Amino acid sequence: MLSELSLSSRPAASASVVSLRGVAKTFASGTQALDGLELDVRPGEFVSLLGPSGCGKSTALRLIAGLSEPTAGTITWGSSAAAASAAHEIGFVFQEPTLMPWTTVARNVDLPLRLAGTAASKAAPRVAAVLDRVGLAAFRDAYPRELSGGMKMRVSIARALVTDPDLLLMDEPFAALDEITRFKLNNDLLELWRALRKTVVFVTHSVFESVYLSHRIVVMTPRPGRVFRELIVDAPYPREESFRTSAEYAACCRLASEALSAAMGGAA
Amino acid sequence: MSAPEPRAAGERILRLALPLAMLALAVAIWHATVQALALPPYVLPGPKLVARTLVDDWAILSESLVVTLVTTFAGFALAVIGGVGLAILFNLSRIVEYSLYPFAVILQVTPVLAIAPLLLIYLPQQGAVLACAWIVAFFPVLANTTLGLNSVDHNLADLYRLYGASWDQRLIHLKLPSALPQMLAGIRIAGGLSLVGAVVAEIAAGSAGAGSGLAYRIAESGYRLNIPRMFAALILLSVAGIVIYFALAGLSHLMLRRWHESAVQRER
Repeated sequence: MLSELSLSSRPAASASVVSLRGVAKTFASGTQALDGLELDVRPGEFVSLLGPSGCGKSTALRLIAGLSEPTAGTITWGSSAAAASAAHEIGFVFQEPTLMPWTTVARNVDLPLRLAGTAASKAAPRVAAVLDRVGLAAFRDAYPRELSGGMKMRVSIARALVTDPDLLLMDEPFAALDEITRFKLNNDLLELWRALRKTVVFVTHSVFESVYLSHRIVVMTPRPGRVFRELIVDAPYPREESFRTSAEYAACCRLASEALSAAMGGAA
Repeated sequence: MSAPEPRAAGERILRLALPLAMLALAVAIWHATVQALALPPYVLPGPKLVARTLVDDWAILSESLVVTLVTTFAGFALAVIGGVGLAILFNLSRIVEYSLYPFAVILQVTPVLAIAPLLLIYLPQQGAVLACAWIVAFFPVLANTTLGLNSVDHNLADLYRLYGASWDQRLIHLKLPSALPQMLAGIRIAGGLSLVGAVVAEIAAGSAGAGSGLAYRIAESGYRLNIPRMFAALILLSVAGIVIYFALAGLSHLMLRRWHESAVQRER
């Protein structure tokens, strides 16, 4: 079931894909988004950053992606090769699908390859394969506006996967979707994660989503954001719809909920 | 809903038929008034006489039309190149924007009719007319394109950064396409305005005598009290304006119809 991770059981940083040590981020406005954030992301794991809005979890993700620089602390990459070309080892899925409306699904997915100067003949089969993976092979020539919210998000995920990155960063990707679509995409994401053996860092403010998806949940405190508690969800994969209705899931959600309200100082 | 709704089709016919009917009515009233009051042609020529003048003077008028259109198109082309070019330059460099933008505004707010005589002193006549057409037309292209380039989706901008896009990749693949709707709106305004600029300059140059554009014909016919020819030239000018407007509106629709809200047909 759900267990708290003791600090001693933390593996050495060398085994991590990426390690954050004492990371702080203060914006020019004076807002302290993160302070003293310690986080290790281990190869192949599915880890969620769980916290209320404004706890700096998205900021943490942007720091890992290199879209923003920490004010203090260090971010170290596991392998030097990854550090050298960090940008290309990462797939990023934003809260919104963030597609280019002026071009087709295939061209949107193709973007990272095109920017890297990959030849069209090499890119095309990879785009086709990844679109097939997310179940959108038939929509390659559609424009984003012709797709539903869930399909747009699939395109966004396909684009993040097309470079075959080791690390997939996801910033509340399903927050804006309806529940039915969200559940479906949760299942599909888990399947992708298992099939492709990626490392996923998933930001969410949903207790239920974090428990369903992750192996490890990092509960964060708001203002400034730091790690409050780490929880391990022991339920084995593959997790399917039956897990959602299991007593074990409910118990885990309750514990995670309690951790979250404790992190918020009992305010919630 | 695959078949177009009959209401939509009916509305389209109405949108075309109503203005045409109004136009026919206005011409009929014009004709009746001239007949009833027995107005002499030098006060108000009837529509029949204007039409006959259009045919009889076609040799002179068409030649003038070509002169005015050439100036208009040259001014328009320069306005598009100059407006888009400056907007790109402003977007790439704050310093250039701060240094030059005020001058663009000065050119825009100073009435072109007041600048034209000065330009006619310093430039050869054809050059001065062209310069007027350009001055009037370039600002909407510049202002709208600048707005478009500055309103790129910030998540998409982050995505391009994540994949290490160079500045020219960002410009060509991200900024220009996302600025396209605003740019086209500016270009549509510029089309009409370059005709205005050309006409204003021709009128101002009229006394110099060397001009032979349509506006010059209007001024000349005015001095000679050849009112029917004034009307005929005026009609040619407005037909030219209408054609330019619809051509640019059509181009804009063609370029945006697949993806932009302003051009997409919604099914209800």
